[in-house]
Amino acid sequence: MDSVRSELPRTGAHIPIALKILIAGGFGAGKTTLVSALSEVRPLQTEEMLTDAGIGTDDLAGVEAKSTTTVAMDFGRITINEDLLVYLFGTPGQDRFWFLWDELAFGALGAVVLADTRRLADCFPSIGYFEQRGIPFVVGVNCFDGARRFSLETVREALDLDADVPMLLCDARERQSGKQVLIALVEHVARQHGEPVPA
Amino acid sequence: MWAESGVPHEWLDDDAGPVVRPYTLTGGRVRATSGFDLVAYVLADRNAQPAVHLDLHPEHRRLVALAARPVPVAELATGLDLAVGVVRVLLGDLVDRGLVTVHQPSAGPYLPDNDILKAVVSGLRAL
Repeated sequence: MDSVRSELPRTGAHIPIALKILIAGGFGAGKTTLVSALSEVRPLQTEEMLTDAGIGTDDLAGVEAKSTTTVAMDFGRITINEDLLVYLFGTPGQDRFWFLWDELAFGALGAVVLADTRRLADCFPSIGYFEQRGIPFVVGVNCFDGARRFSLETVREALDLDADVPMLLCDARERQSGKQVLIALVEHVARQHGEPVPA
Repeated sequence: MWAESGVPHEWLDDDAGPVVRPYTLTGGRVRATSGFDLVAYVLADRNAQPAVHLDLHPEHRRLVALAARPVPVAELATGLDLAVGVVRVLLGDLVDRGLVTVHQPSAGPYLPDNDILKAVVSGLRAL
C-alpha cells in the first residue's frame, strides 16, 4: 500500500492505510485477551478454511473424504485516524497452522510475542518464526495472577533473546498496559529503519 | 429455514447458520484467483449494479453493499460470517465483473515512513 493515500477519482473515496500487527505466543498466553483489551470494537473473529491440501501435519489418517476444517482467528481494530488503522491479528496457536502464519505475516509491520513465565517454552516457536523471517517483534511478559514474577533479565536469558529485542512486563487484560507493548513495537520498528520516533 | 419438503424444520432456524457447506457458495472452488490480503481494502464501483448479474449469489451482492466504503477483506468475512477463503473466491468473481476493486498492500515487507509511525505512536498514546 502506498504511504500516501490513493485518491480514486471514480469513486471519490480514498483507501486508508492499514497496518497489520500480529499477536503471537503459546496457547493460553493471553493473545485473545490482549486483542480484546486493545480493540475499539468487540473483537472480531474470522475463519480460515483448511482444505486437506493445506493440512500437512494434521492427523487425517483413515479419513478418505476430502475434508475441511476451520481455524478461528481473532482480530481487532484501532483507528488512529480516518486514513490510518491498525489491525491486530491473533495467530492460531497450534503448530499445524504455521502455513496460516505466512499469510498473516505477509506485509505485517511487526509482532508482539506474549510470554507466560509458567510455560515459557510455549513462545519459543513464535520467537523463532519472527527471527527467521526478520519480522520485528517485541516480547510482552504477561503477568498472570499468582504466577511467580521473574526479572526481565532472567526471562531474556531463558528466551535467548537478542539484546535489541524490546521486552516488557504487561497485563494483557489492561488496555493501558497493552498499548505500551504496541508502542514499544512501533518504536522498535522505527529504530530498525534508522528513524527513531522522538519521545 | 426450510427443509427440502418445504415445511419448516424444527431444528433449523436462523441461529443455526447456513446448512450448506461453505464451498457450495463458491461452486466448489477452493483457491481464489488472487490471494487477497486480510487487510486489502475492497471498494465497490460507485456505479456497480450487481442485480444485473443474474449468476451472482446473494452473498456477492452483500459484499458489494458492504464495500460501498473501503472495507478490508477480514472485516468483510466477519460481516458475512463466512470463512476468509470463501470471501476471497467471491471477491474474485466481483473483480472479474468490474463490480469491486481490491487494493492490495504492497508486496514484501511493508515499510511505512516515519511520519506514519509517529502518527501511530501518538495515536496509541492517546488511547
